[in-house]
Amino acid sequence: MRRKPRIAVWKFASCDGCQLSLLDLEDHLLEIADAVDIAYFLEASRATKPGPYDISLVEGSITTPHDRRRILQIRRQSRFLVTIGACATAGGIQALRNFRKVQEFVRLVYAHPEYIDTLEHSHPVSDFVPVDFELRGCPVNKYQVLELVSALLAGRRPRVPRYSLCQECKRRGLACVMVTRNEPCLGPIVQAGCGALCPAYHRPCFGCFGPAEGAQVAALAQELRRRGRSGPEVVRLLRTFNAWAPEFREESVRHEGA
Amino acid sequence: MKERKTRKTLTFQVSALARVEGEGALYLKVRGREVLEARVDIFEPPRFFEAFLRGRHFSEVPDITARICGICPVAYQMSSSHAIEQAFGVSVPPAIRALRRLLYAGEWIESHALHVYLLHAPDFLGYEDAFAMGRDHPERLKQGLELKKIGNEVLQVLGGREVHPINVAVGGFYRVPDRQELQALRPKLERALDLTVETTRWVATFEFPPIEIPYVFVALRHEHEYPMNEGRLRISDGTEVPMDRFEDLFQEEHVPHSNALHCRYRGQTYHVGPLARLNLNADRLTPRAREVLEQLPFPLPWRNPFLSIVARGLEMIVAAEEALRIVDAYEPPEQPRVPVSPRAGRGAWITEAPRGILYHRYDFNDEGLVQEAKIVPPTSQNLARMEEDLKALAPQVLSLPRDQATWRFEQMIRNYDPCISCATHFLRLEVEEA
Repeated sequence: MRRKPRIAVWKFASCDGCQLSLLDLEDHLLEIADAVDIAYFLEASRATKPGPYDISLVEGSITTPHDRRRILQIRRQSRFLVTIGACATAGGIQALRNFRKVQEFVRLVYAHPEYIDTLEHSHPVSDFVPVDFELRGCPVNKYQVLELVSALLAGRRPRVPRYSLCQECKRRGLACVMVTRNEPCLGPIVQAGCGALCPAYHRPCFGCFGPAEGAQVAALAQELRRRGRSGPEVVRLLRTFNAWAPEFREESVRHEGA
Repeated sequence: MKERKTRKTLTFQVSALARVEGEGALYLKVRGREVLEARVDIFEPPRFFEAFLRGRHFSEVPDITARICGICPVAYQMSSSHAIEQAFGVSVPPAIRALRRLLYAGEWIESHALHVYLLHAPDFLGYEDAFAMGRDHPERLKQGLELKKIGNEVLQVLGGREVHPINVAVGGFYRVPDRQELQALRPKLERALDLTVETTRWVATFEFPPIEIPYVFVALRHEHEYPMNEGRLRISDGTEVPMDRFEDLFQEEHVPHSNALHCRYRGQTYHVGPLARLNLNADRLTPRAREVLEQLPFPLPWRNPFLSIVARGLEMIVAAEEALRIVDAYEPPEQPRVPVSPRAGRGAWITEAPRGILYHRYDFNDEGLVQEAKIVPPTSQNLARMEEDLKALAPQVLSLPRDQATWRFEQMIRNYDPCISCATHFLRLEVEEA
């Protein structure tokens, strides 16, 4: 019999929600547990096995020198390394501190030694090691996690859309919240994946899945300004869970103080 | 897991606690039967939420603070929405109030079922994890997953998704369900009620290490209901105050070994969560939960922390019964949310997260932008208490073989269902003039 693939789940700076999505696959959890060898998944088990691992799922952003060393070790032990969620993929909500001015940081004297261990920025995993696949979302869509694990087990590339949320929204036949309600929707520039949840709940998309492939971020920002949104409002819209994704970061800087 | 022998001093160490949310460790130093030091170390990196909440618009706060915790995001959405509404003098109609309670009931079921079945029960039955437990008791594990799934379905219907729901707005919801949507949950909630009763009776048969700890319990107390979103702050010494007095009664202190602050009540450690809620609100249990409690061989108050798993069972019964009542009585509100006009001011609120009281306080300017935020999650309130509990447990487990003693210490921590991601969200950047 073929050896079961060994899976490890790792946590860095994060809320645990993406690894929880694995446990939220209630109908499939036992099948997954049967098909793979869960070698390291602290949130679920106190039994841990040393590497190497076939698949490492990484949640969370890198914010300390210790975590930077840890991700290098994990990379060395992992055949496939996949980031799950906005923190690991783009630095997460905690990357909002990356926008603080350097001088402000210099003025800060940390009252406790452990603070000194903090890196200046909250980094995506890909700043330090090569990443084989990135799953977007804050949180990830649990069915994309299932697709990812199934694809890796079958030795194929996961099928995850890179197009914009608008396409999902249109396919669901939802009324456009920007056109009908003049709400500041990020749908045109945000990657699909949630199923256009917010428009379905009469709410504009606020960007959990980060920039879509080929996103025209500047054009949308300009349109939002034309519709009466202020510079600070546009900055806040672009700076949430994927604030440090280059496309959002660069455009948000352009609207600062405007 | 490792233990070292240095002369006569023993140390018990778990370098990475499993089956808890977030990254923590425990450390115990013992000489003879005396515990020299007990620490719950937190090495989850800080994420500085209070710092970057400054300058954000009030309407963004529920979604941003939800990201503190993927297991109890509704708790953060509830405490923050209420605190903001208090700052702006907004009150919501009964239908919105009922929907919030329904959403919270979904989260209690999902979070408690996760803890009871996947994180906690394996300890009592001697398994490393739920997967191993499921190989010997497949029906039990399936039952737990089914229950957890029903809790998640409530979150999906009302919140859009289970982790970081998208439908909570200051003043209410972005979209409210119609009667049929909620009625569709009814058969599932009936099933959940059966499962929660079954769960409670099952976990009550576990073997509980004999230990009684004279805790100071703290929870909300509501006039008629088992507390979730509203009430006064009740302490087991008889004190009861409005919830916005929280900061007068409870002080946070920094301890060097931890990336989290510790809270104390009049200098003492205290206990929040299911055990505290049950002891202070047993007369507010729903009928079925009360019936099940009365059949259990454990007289109140419960001072054995290992009984927290039974308290979680009872609270899931409460949540299922309340959800059914709300679904049946539901009439959609006229509008999904009440209009909110910001004004300069302060608002503070406490709700009952699955793990205990969660305090939020915000200051706003007249544009509704956050000037200052303070968040005190349940786990940081329990941390100091957990260390005391390790000391209290030590005498009866030190004679056990080393690996069993260490496992028992771990269990003591898991009794609290600690969420370390929550407890470290708030490590502040402290500014000192050089």
